[in-house]
Amino acid sequence: MKIVVCIKQVPDTKGGVKFKPDGTLDRGAMLSIMNPDDKAGLEAALRLKDQYGAEVTVLSMGLPKAEDVLREALAMGADKAILVTDRVLGGADTWATSTTIAGAIRNLEYDLIITGRQAIDGDTAQVGPQISEHLNIPVISYAQDIKIDGDSVIVERQFDDRYHVLKAKMPCLITALSELNTPRYMTPGGIFDAYEAEITQYGRADLVDVDDSNLGLNGSPTKIAKASDKVRKGAGEKVSLDPEASVKYIMDKLSEKHII
Amino acid sequence: MDFSLSKKHLLARALFKEFAETEVKPLASEVDETEIFPRQTVEKMAKAGFLGIPIPKEYGGQGCDALTYVMCVEELSKVCATTGVIVSAHTSLCCDPLLTYGTEEQKQKYLVPLAKGEKLGAFGLTEPGAGTDAQGMQTKAVLDGDEYVLNGSKIFITNGKEADIYIIFAVTDIVTDRRGRAKKEISAFIVEKGTPGFSFGTKEKKMGIRGSSTYELIFTDCRVPKENLLGIKGKGFGMAMHTLDGGRIGIASQALGIAEGALDRTVEYVKERKQFGRAIGAFQNTQFQLANLATNVQAAQLMVYRAAEAKATQSRYTVEAAMAKLFAAEVAMDVTTKCVQLHGGYGYTREYEVERMMRDAKITEIYEGTSEVQRMVISGDLLK
Repeated sequence: MKIVVCIKQVPDTKGGVKFKPDGTLDRGAMLSIMNPDDKAGLEAALRLKDQYGAEVTVLSMGLPKAEDVLREALAMGADKAILVTDRVLGGADTWATSTTIAGAIRNLEYDLIITGRQAIDGDTAQVGPQISEHLNIPVISYAQDIKIDGDSVIVERQFDDRYHVLKAKMPCLITALSELNTPRYMTPGGIFDAYEAEITQYGRADLVDVDDSNLGLNGSPTKIAKASDKVRKGAGEKVSLDPEASVKYIMDKLSEKHII
Repeated sequence: MDFSLSKKHLLARALFKEFAETEVKPLASEVDETEIFPRQTVEKMAKAGFLGIPIPKEYGGQGCDALTYVMCVEELSKVCATTGVIVSAHTSLCCDPLLTYGTEEQKQKYLVPLAKGEKLGAFGLTEPGAGTDAQGMQTKAVLDGDEYVLNGSKIFITNGKEADIYIIFAVTDIVTDRRGRAKKEISAFIVEKGTPGFSFGTKEKKMGIRGSSTYELIFTDCRVPKENLLGIKGKGFGMAMHTLDGGRIGIASQALGIAEGALDRTVEYVKERKQFGRAIGAFQNTQFQLANLATNVQAAQLMVYRAAEAKATQSRYTVEAAMAKLFAAEVAMDVTTKCVQLHGGYGYTREYEVERMMRDAKITEIYEGTSEVQRMVISGDLLK
């Protein structure tokens, strides 16, 4: 079985967020980590590899420094890594991103594609399902459990207060939730091997069946009007009063501001 | 000269840090309070490959270098010195001599499961009358047919009752040196837990590293196959000293981690703690003290990493190891003591981790050669 896992390098939310003048994220200037949902997707693939035997290829689209998360994935146990990077791909929204990734995956053999449900920087949950549309394969989103049954997968899909059990013939695409599992640690030896390993690099020219008009910032229907960091609130007002006086004080304030 | 860490070392450090924060730190106070050996943590470390970091892959290890191993002990010790010494004693004092002196058969039989973390290792040199002075050793091993018969005892053995495989030193002969003096000839043996005649004595009640299993080992007509002689018969003393050179780098890393952990906690604390209407970090006394502590910690780190580099590139690294251990241990004691002081009354309570760290730091000035012994080693090299 061949599994492709799409992973994204995202800003570490513990670090500060920086923007470029065009409103897109300045990824080069921020601390970064492997997107948590994607890491769960990778762990799911590695568990399938442990259980059934599989070749796991990780693929990431991003800046050259996205190589770091690919090496991390190799250190966890992935077999191959592909970095899709090219200046013309920069500033892509979900449409241009999924078009690019699908164009890269068309070079590969696969039975299963696993992506994270969504990235913590964009929170769209669109790229995974869009890739499946481009490749014309079934998608099962929000997976909380994955099993292989012959040439099919049986997936528990998380739903509000229950889960659905869905079966799909491979090849298909699954989007994974971070609740799916607890990802394994890298091993020290795995890290050393990962830095010896070769990472295949794809540029624009390596994308199959992709039109330039669907790539990069220009190929992105989404236009960002304005972006801003979290607005910091002031320290507020502190008063020390007994409970009854406190209630009156708060009610007066709310009334004064025409909230009530 | 390049002082920057490579990307692979930075990623390895990030791994050790994440593991330490997630798996080790939450248990550190409990391990200290209850003196219970953190067996589950050891199993998790085994799974993550932390018990064979500098051992080649062909022997079940991770195939990394000494620096990576040092960073592992450092990061673990930042949050729990007990966990740091478990890894250090296992790796430096048991895996390392097997790798250096073991036959291929011994490596396959003992080193492979140790490096994979399936088994835990320990090292028995110290006796009631023989710590640093190995000539005071009383434990004897006498060849009887195809077996050596061990009689005697060892004390203060780290991983004591929890280990599976032990490197044990014993007197195998008494020879006369060139000046006509009687000299004990020492040899090393691989002894497995469960060997008839091998039992455990008292558990030490310690000031620090309280979760570490420190036991007396007792050998009463303990018969060990002669194939379990490690290295050359009679060369055990040199082997023990060489092993301790590596061990001292492990303990230096532990001391470094303790100092760094205490400094990190204190930097957080002085920003929060307010006195006279200001955070105590705003006072110049606090600032100058922290500056001194951080400078010493940085110096200790450079010495420890330098010793690790020496181990990787030089056949002898006795002086580098002794200097790193001496300096890092004294820095750990000084830093933790001052960190407790900066915490004031709270620092003296078990509510705050610096209290434990100060108790943990003390042992680094004592075991695997006291600070005085390190000074003997260093000056001995200067005056040779």
